[in-house]
Amino acid sequence: MAKKEIIAMLLAGGQGSRLFALTNKIAKPAVPFGSKYRIIDFVLSNCINSRIDTVGVLTQYQPLVLNEYIGNGQPWDLDRQFGGVHVLPPYQAKDNNDWYKNTANAIYQNLHFINQYDPDYVIILSGDHIYKMEYDKMLKEHKRTGADCTVAVLPVPIEEASRFGIMSKDADGHITEFEEKPAVPKSNLASMGIYIFNKKILEEYLTSDDADETSSHDFGKNIIPNLLSDGKNLMAYTFDKYWKDVGTLQSLWEANMELLGSNPKFDLYDPQWVIHSRNPIAPPQYFGKEAKVVNSMLGGGCEIEGTLINSVISSGVKLGKNSIIKNSIIFSNVEIADNCVIEYSIIDEGVKISENCKVGGKKGEVDFAVIGRDVVLECNSVVSGGEMKE
Amino acid sequence: MSIMGIVFSNLNDGNVSELTEVRTMGSVPFCGRYRLIDFALSSMVNSGISKVGVITKTNYQSLMDHLGSGKDWDLARKNGGLFLLPPFGNKASDRLYGSRLEALKGALHFIARSTEEHVVMSDSDCIYNMDLKEVVDYHEEKMSDITMVYRKKETSYMESKHIVSMELNENNRVVDISINPYKEGNFNQYIKVIVMKRQLLQQLVSEAISHGKTELERDVIIPALNILSVYGYEYSGYYGRVESLDSFYSANMDMLEKENRNSIFNIANSSIHTKVKDSPPTMYGDNAHIENSVIADGCVIDGEVINSIVFRGARIAKGAVVKNCIVMQDNIIGSNASLNAIITDKNVVVRDKIVLSGSENHPFFIRKGKIV
Repeated sequence: MAKKEIIAMLLAGGQGSRLFALTNKIAKPAVPFGSKYRIIDFVLSNCINSRIDTVGVLTQYQPLVLNEYIGNGQPWDLDRQFGGVHVLPPYQAKDNNDWYKNTANAIYQNLHFINQYDPDYVIILSGDHIYKMEYDKMLKEHKRTGADCTVAVLPVPIEEASRFGIMSKDADGHITEFEEKPAVPKSNLASMGIYIFNKKILEEYLTSDDADETSSHDFGKNIIPNLLSDGKNLMAYTFDKYWKDVGTLQSLWEANMELLGSNPKFDLYDPQWVIHSRNPIAPPQYFGKEAKVVNSMLGGGCEIEGTLINSVISSGVKLGKNSIIKNSIIFSNVEIADNCVIEYSIIDEGVKISENCKVGGKKGEVDFAVIGRDVVLECNSVVSGGEMKE
Repeated sequence: MSIMGIVFSNLNDGNVSELTEVRTMGSVPFCGRYRLIDFALSSMVNSGISKVGVITKTNYQSLMDHLGSGKDWDLARKNGGLFLLPPFGNKASDRLYGSRLEALKGALHFIARSTEEHVVMSDSDCIYNMDLKEVVDYHEEKMSDITMVYRKKETSYMESKHIVSMELNENNRVVDISINPYKEGNFNQYIKVIVMKRQLLQQLVSEAISHGKTELERDVIIPALNILSVYGYEYSGYYGRVESLDSFYSANMDMLEKENRNSIFNIANSSIHTKVKDSPPTMYGDNAHIENSVIADGCVIDGEVINSIVFRGARIAKGAVVKNCIVMQDNIIGSNASLNAIITDKNVVVRDKIVLSGSENHPFFIRKGKIV
């Protein structure tokens, strides 16, 4: 029978409630990022660039945009006869019709999907991080150490460690302890929520976890601690390159800004690691006679007559004369008329801003102005920093 | 009503020998991210045509690479889809086809085993975005045998050497056709988009070939104007034709005008499709200055770009000035280089501080892969 060595299960059901208006109608992995991508592109590209060609995407919250975006997987070369990308929503079964209760339960409910491919290993991923990672190297390490489960960990500044799930390891890389958001962290290695399991172990633990009514069916809270207490062989795999959880407005904004500059923190231009995405059908960008653009990134189909400074602009954005966009993220098909000023703002898809509007505040942590999907701003509107229109 | 399409990708290659040295006319790059064939193909697909034959002749590697399976035009189909029609070998001679009729003869098999009622044929040296379904509707309404699409255009003496002009009566029936009229005036210029019944096409081509004829308009249509009902259909959107390096340059520059861009790129439900690349977005540095220019995806620009077209993946370094230029895919323009009225083909490298200048009515061309 045909089989796969490894398949990926990608958790993409998260609501992303800390992105507020941006995730009212779409799941967090479908949130636009870096002019022409959506957050999920990075993990899907990691899969295909690591030669993993079978991916189950578990969706739950507002899946329409995400489902349509993934489609048959062709933009990622994941349209395959055997394997490829499959969207796995919760379903009704003969004696069970549950929503996905949590991460582990979502995978448990799809064990039959996994078993179709008879894989030796399963990699669990989450669809809301920006990073480039060679999963095949992690798998090689997993096989070399003969671990039951390998957890990818990221060194974080020790003062921030109490925000993460923290792993302690011994000299050989064996995980000795796992603590979820510890007050006094014993190590600075944060779990990235990326696990490679031997499939048999995964199936065994998910099944027993499902039977445990006191469990909250979470990988971090239940499965990993259970493996540890049973003395299974858990290895830490250290990843020390760029990795960003874009779960808050602040971090989403930061991550976008980190794409800019002549030596960006996160490089989209590496020909060895192309980020694949579904491409909008749009003509090239046009800059008018009075346009100005400084340190910015743009997608196709934009028509710019005004000024852009330190901003990340998605495709199909129109900017009128004497309008300025500064330090902002603009999602696709936003139309901004003449004489507007947009600063420190995140503007969602399809927003229309009429003439003489002022949006946004000044530099600071919670001062972003956010304008949700398809909002129309009348002439002379003022939206100040920290305000949210939806 | 069922329609199939035929696109000639190689006719008139000689007109822009600089650009077609390494490719077909259909794969000549245009406006930052397109190839000329995209316009005919997209118009066909957007008009509901789901079976298109592309007739090729020579140097069609780049064309095949561009078209692939046809999926970017939604032409990777189980039924119909994209058919590449390379020239047929011939027992009598090793010669490749030289004329439109001979090209069609090579495709007769494809035409004969199709079942569609009408055929729309288009050249690929032209830029337009047309609802061909309307043309075919008109063709049926007039019960015409052949419908030829034209545009009204004030034509200079020089231009009139390369046109086919049609004289129409009050019902838009074509009463006369002159090829290369050599006089100035306001002409109904035939724009090389034509509709006819598939079976009629088959019959006309076989018959003409057996009588040693070569030109569709001159040898087949003109002599039959009294027998067949031939009508004209006017297209009034933007139309650009690449018949020389100068006209290639000016058609590209036409895209700097909003009205022209809207006529080609902003028509609802009629987007221009092209081969999709996973280019990253375009990044502009601290020293970038962009004015009245069209710039495609995947570029990194830190220099000055004025009145120019920049293709995917080009790099323009700090201090470089690119003015009135067409900079093609993956070019690298070094720092403090200065270019005026230059067309650089793909993969050209212009080193730091190099100064190059053509003139706007006679742009200077740099061949593919050259390092200046």
